[in-house]
Amino acid sequence: MDIKPEEMIKIHNPIPKKSWMDTPPDLSEGKFCYPAKAKTMEYLGIPNARDWSPADEDWKLPENWQQIIHEGFKDRLDKYRSLKVFMDICVRCGACADKCHFFIGSGDPKNMPFLRAELLRSIYRNDFTALGKLLGKIGGARKITPTVIKEWFSYFYQCTECRRCSVFCPYGIDTAEVTMMGRELLSLLGININWISDPVANCSKTGNHLGIQPQNFKEIVEFFCEDIEEISGIKINPSFNRKGAEILFVTPSGDAFADPGTYTFMGYLMLFEHIGLDYTLSTYASEGGNFGLFTSSDQMKKLNAKMYHEAERLGVKYILGGECGHMWRVVNQYMGTMNGPANFLEVPKNPITGTVFENSASTKMVHIAEFTADLIKHNKLKLDPSRNDHLNVTWHDSCNPARAMGILDEPRYVLKSVCNNFHEMPVNTIREQTFCCGSGAGLNTEEIMEQRLRGGLPRANAVKYVHEKYGVNSLACMCAIDRAALPPLMDYWVPGVDVTGLHELVGNALVMDGEKERTLNLRLEDLPGAEGDSDER
Amino acid sequence: MNVNIVLSLVAVVVLGALAFLGGSAPALQGVFGILIPYIAFVMFLGGFIWRIMKWAKSPVPFRIPTTCGQQKSLSWIKHDKIENPTTGIGVVIRMALEILTFRSLFRNTKAKIIGDRISYELELWLWLFALVFHYSFLAVLVRHMRFFLEPVPVCITFLEAVDGFFQIGLPIVLMSGVLLFAAVAFLFLRRIATPTLRYASLAADYFPLFLIMTIAGTGMYMRYFLRVDVVAVKELTMGLATLHPSIPANIDPFLFVHLFLVCVLFVYFPFSKLMHAGGIFFSPTRNMANNSRIKRHINPWNPDLPFVTYEKYENAFREKMIEAGIPVEKES
Ligand code: HEM
Ligand code: SF4
Ligand code: SF4
Repeated sequence: MDIKPEEMIKIHNPIPKKSWMDTPPDLSEGKFCYPAKAKTMEYLGIPNARDWSPADEDWKLPENWQQIIHEGFKDRLDKYRSLKVFMDICVRCGACADKCHFFIGSGDPKNMPFLRAELLRSIYRNDFTALGKLLGKIGGARKITPTVIKEWFSYFYQCTECRRCSVFCPYGIDTAEVTMMGRELLSLLGININWISDPVANCSKTGNHLGIQPQNFKEIVEFFCEDIEEISGIKINPSFNRKGAEILFVTPSGDAFADPGTYTFMGYLMLFEHIGLDYTLSTYASEGGNFGLFTSSDQMKKLNAKMYHEAERLGVKYILGGECGHMWRVVNQYMGTMNGPANFLEVPKNPITGTVFENSASTKMVHIAEFTADLIKHNKLKLDPSRNDHLNVTWHDSCNPARAMGILDEPRYVLKSVCNNFHEMPVNTIREQTFCCGSGAGLNTEEIMEQRLRGGLPRANAVKYVHEKYGVNSLACMCAIDRAALPPLMDYWVPGVDVTGLHELVGNALVMDGEKERTLNLRLEDLPGAEGDSDER
Repeated sequence: MNVNIVLSLVAVVVLGALAFLGGSAPALQGVFGILIPYIAFVMFLGGFIWRIMKWAKSPVPFRIPTTCGQQKSLSWIKHDKIENPTTGIGVVIRMALEILTFRSLFRNTKAKIIGDRISYELELWLWLFALVFHYSFLAVLVRHMRFFLEPVPVCITFLEAVDGFFQIGLPIVLMSGVLLFAAVAFLFLRRIATPTLRYASLAADYFPLFLIMTIAGTGMYMRYFLRVDVVAVKELTMGLATLHPSIPANIDPFLFVHLFLVCVLFVYFPFSKLMHAGGIFFSPTRNMANNSRIKRHINPWNPDLPFVTYEKYENAFREKMIEAGIPVEKES
């Protein structure tokens, strides 16, 4: 990044003289996500696929694009009460304005959630309200033009659908919902971004976003098992696509693919081995994440369908889900509705403790943090938190688990059981008020790095606070996108803070039956108090 | 000067002047004193119901509450039953807090960047003045019922007594009117003093503020300076209420201004952002329980969509799976 942090934090973005309706978006290189490739879009059956660039003057919109938008809009107003109500009732009080990390980090007024929503609302007024038709611009209405489409593209891809604005709005207006609708409308014109459509296509082809084929998925997991053997002396043989297992375990493929998610995956494997869980992994349903959520409800449904489909085929009793943010929004708020009822599954019960997870009685999918917290509470795990003593940890609540589910205290309980040094970030930046990593909802892509760093500023700044005040050096989270997005964010804003998954810390602290004296942590680094450390003393 | 502000102000002034002229011309008093109030009343009621029906017609396909506290989970983890409700009662309490105390606005903070640090200070002025505005508006509205009811119910007399409690002298100064004016003035000043807010504000944001400010202003002017003939006014309003309308003599033109602007407000209400009053009850992020994992929520238009089934997947990867020792359904 050319801009230094000291410079970037000086946010100066003078308010344009002209009305926001007449201010075109900045679509220079670095300010936009690369568009989806024509062949990916064709594969996904999205209409009007073509190769184009947001930097082009002419976006090659289909001939009847105005009509497509108008009808698509109408269709969604008829299908979603949320959209209709949110279009009508915003009073523009501005309470949501400085709650958005993108507005805080960029100062661009169009990143204020309610102005982001106005981009759509102005067209709504023009097309669907009498007062808007009558009064035109003075009534807050405007006609749709190609520039409006460009503006939508720019700003609906500067929203991570994090729902923080919704927490503060007196009517609960959720700009994430508006963004989702805006993105769906753009999709109707064949406008999509590569970072989202590629994973969606991969996921339907190979079962996961990263396009890992079955044999490679197995190899990767076996490779983890080799590392685990080196660390603990215990040989694990996880099963794949095994019929008759009690539990199907599904986690985001990011955990299989990139550090530090991989260490979290190792943590899961060690935990399951230790408690003797009868589970299986699936190479077909090898993705918990769901980039469909960031495109359209249809794509979301199609990708999500695989989990139940596979659970039924394998005859498991229920599904256990790994650490992921948006995956859990889908599981909690959409899965049962879209692809249920899952009557072929049973109400989840922890086979070790006997706890019945009543809170997932219908969806029949349990969050790993709920599962592990239950194990620890029942004293089923032998833990040595001192193995994490070199870490001074803080906890990042991911947006979706916090604001679309409310899983806040389970991970904290687990965390405090597996490490001795824990400090919360300031209250306005955690739990339901948590700040986004700045890269959610499909924006975790290289070409918009500056935007991501700006969006991640509020989160990073809170980490910096505890880093300086308490010496925090480890940022724990339970989200695969976070594990990919937070490391560069920390390197930029708070060097010296590492990112870790919850179950990586569990794996480290877990004293497994028959394990050898551990000298290495899951990253194959020396444990505190082990050889490497004693050299220094 | 901002066009949205100027035009809203001009609109209110023109409407007021129109009513003043009409109210001064005996031939038009019937229009402003009888016809328009009836039309306004009908349009308000009709418009309100129409809007609500329009919202109700669209389904709620997904259960999307914004959760603001700990979910219901393991028995020993303290569930936040209000901010993350799983039952109807929890939702009712959550909604009641929103509507009666503006709960979410009470969270409001102001983000400030000072040097290399971002701070979030509690910022409750908006919450306070919004609350003052709505409650004083309600009090004024209820107090006005004395013009339409005979005998005047005790509760209204009581409200008046409370409203005038802190004041001595004649006529007693009623706090709600003053507070209403002050709160609206604050809301206006806040809007123009915050550059980002001013930038994003529309005429539709200024117009109701000017309108209500003028209604309250003319009301107070009549009460404290003009000392209008309240008996005559009550004759007019009782005529309207009992459907035997007539225009008594001795009605001040200012009353027509006041009344007409109230009518404008009533007509404007259902077609504008003021409908947030009804809309909040329909907001899915607040009025739904977070129980979709416990009980399946039904989407009436849930589409049937083809997806890549396991069979298709195995067909694509069978050889590789067999080679890797992954079980398959069909060996070849
Ligand atoms: C939502 C609608 C209304 C609002 C916001 C409103 C507001 C006010 C306010 C703020 C006052 C100031 C004095 C006080 O505190 O009593 C007032 C006085 C007055 N209003 Fe209204 N008003 C409304 C509707 C009406 C209606 C429908 C009438 C019927 C004709 C009316 C007739 C009067 C009169 C006659 C006064 C002077 C009362 C007195 O001298 O005691 N108002 N109004
Ligand atoms: S807080 Fe809600 S009502 Fe206020 S401006 Fe934002 S979206 Fe609109
Ligand atoms: S959902 Fe998040 S990113 Fe989007 S407008 Fe709201 S606060 Fe900003």
